[in-house]
Amino acid sequence: MKAFALTRAKDNAQAIATAAKATTAQQGAEIRFIGGGTTLIDLMKLNVEQPKTVIDINRLPLDKIEALPDGGLTIGAVVRNSDLAYHPLVRKNYAVLSEAILSGATAQLRNMATTAGNLLQRTRCMYFRATDMPCNKREPGSGCAAITGANRSLAILGTSEHCIATNPSDMNVAMAALEATIHVRGTKGERSIPIVDFHVLPGNTPQRETVLEPGDLITHVTLPPPAPGSRSLYLKLRDRASYEFALASAAVVVTVADGKITRARIALGGVGTKPWRSTEAESELTGQPVAQAVFQKAADAALRGAKPQSQNGFKVELAKRCLVHALKLATQTA
Amino acid sequence: MLAQARSVSTVFAQRSVKEPLPSSASKDAVPVTLTVNGKKHDLRIDPRTTLLDCLREHLHLTGSKKGCDHGQCGACTVHINGRRVNSCLCFAAMHEGEEITTLEGIGQPENLHSVQAAFVACDAYQCGYCTSGQIMSAVALLKEPCGPEDADVKELMSGNICRCGAYPNIVAAIQSVRQNAKPQKTG
Repeated sequence: MKAFALTRAKDNAQAIATAAKATTAQQGAEIRFIGGGTTLIDLMKLNVEQPKTVIDINRLPLDKIEALPDGGLTIGAVVRNSDLAYHPLVRKNYAVLSEAILSGATAQLRNMATTAGNLLQRTRCMYFRATDMPCNKREPGSGCAAITGANRSLAILGTSEHCIATNPSDMNVAMAALEATIHVRGTKGERSIPIVDFHVLPGNTPQRETVLEPGDLITHVTLPPPAPGSRSLYLKLRDRASYEFALASAAVVVTVADGKITRARIALGGVGTKPWRSTEAESELTGQPVAQAVFQKAADAALRGAKPQSQNGFKVELAKRCLVHALKLATQTA
Repeated sequence: MLAQARSVSTVFAQRSVKEPLPSSASKDAVPVTLTVNGKKHDLRIDPRTTLLDCLREHLHLTGSKKGCDHGQCGACTVHINGRRVNSCLCFAAMHEGEEITTLEGIGQPENLHSVQAAFVACDAYQCGYCTSGQIMSAVALLKEPCGPEDADVKELMSGNICRCGAYPNIVAAIQSVRQNAKPQKTG
């Protein structure tokens, strides 16, 4: 690991002012905030991340989960994943979020990992993690070893000829289906970013993963009030039963009235270069009866743009079946 | 297909880039006071020093083990303020003022923690390398929201790998403590 200076931020303003001196907030950032460290320290040990300055934000007052007057929820940036997953309001109103978080990582990692850190979780693409291999995300212009290499676990949606890295987060998928808003403070003040706009597609700049700029500090995430009468769940398919990244996952939030789907929010994980909200699937479901054929049409719509690689073609069908099954579970009457 | 799966898991188990352990004599060393098993330690450490390396190399508390050094195996599990974490993914200097507990702090040979006694009684290990982490995880699990079934325990213990495959006895040991603990709590 390369040497770095470790500082502790006294307050948000100081953290932002210090981090604003970096030339980028993306891959290669010279200054990094550290929360749980579960991604950053791992990547620093691999020399994939080599910050010169690491700012500890764990003691900033960003650790609260609170109900909002409108019935929604606000979640601080350094709230631990385990605290979020087990929070009574999350279990009651946002089951999909609790299930998604508990389906990921391990009890130890969830005790460490933070809300903001999970939003910024880095890909598990093995070429990104191995500094002796080409990777456009880690080293722009060096090429993508995954496209011609071991790509079984990599993305089929939102890819480009430069990068097919999967966004590995489960939490992000649930947040996408819940239409979370990311609240950021930076050198120019505060702004609120819908999660669908927070992560960006790799295109020809895969080193850029989010809209964050130097100095931007995620302060909290808000969730809108739960849709009345809705049910939500997270279904994750993977190579082993626990502590494994998704091959395909589905976060669904659906409302059914008189046998018809009146509202649906759908996001897929394990298949996209970003948490994959599928408004195409939502359109196919809205106003339609609860029926296998409808679910199938929605799944077909969600995967219509899929571009499989040499080893991950199975993900197209797997993701479809995952979504169909998730919809079946979420709409079945008790 | 098997060959592919194997190559992937090899990379997931990738080792750190080999560099010498950061020295406490480094010009970048910072002062830090850590509270470990109730005892305060004033140290000067390189900021790169993980909590695991600090415990083992500086404080000579070698109960916590280094397996993967990437948060994948759980051999380094310790408690910070009563919650289990992977000490290999913590910078020691970030944990000033917190209560750090290692295996040495939860029981001694003449005074075993109930989980340690259950591991002995159930033969919940073979080589023993993962056992410290397993026990630290199990002790924390007793206070976590965990369902009653073996499957619930297995799920919450998935961050602790045992390459000898002592899993059935590990689950039995944990369940024996949980089942014995329940009547005591309600009574």
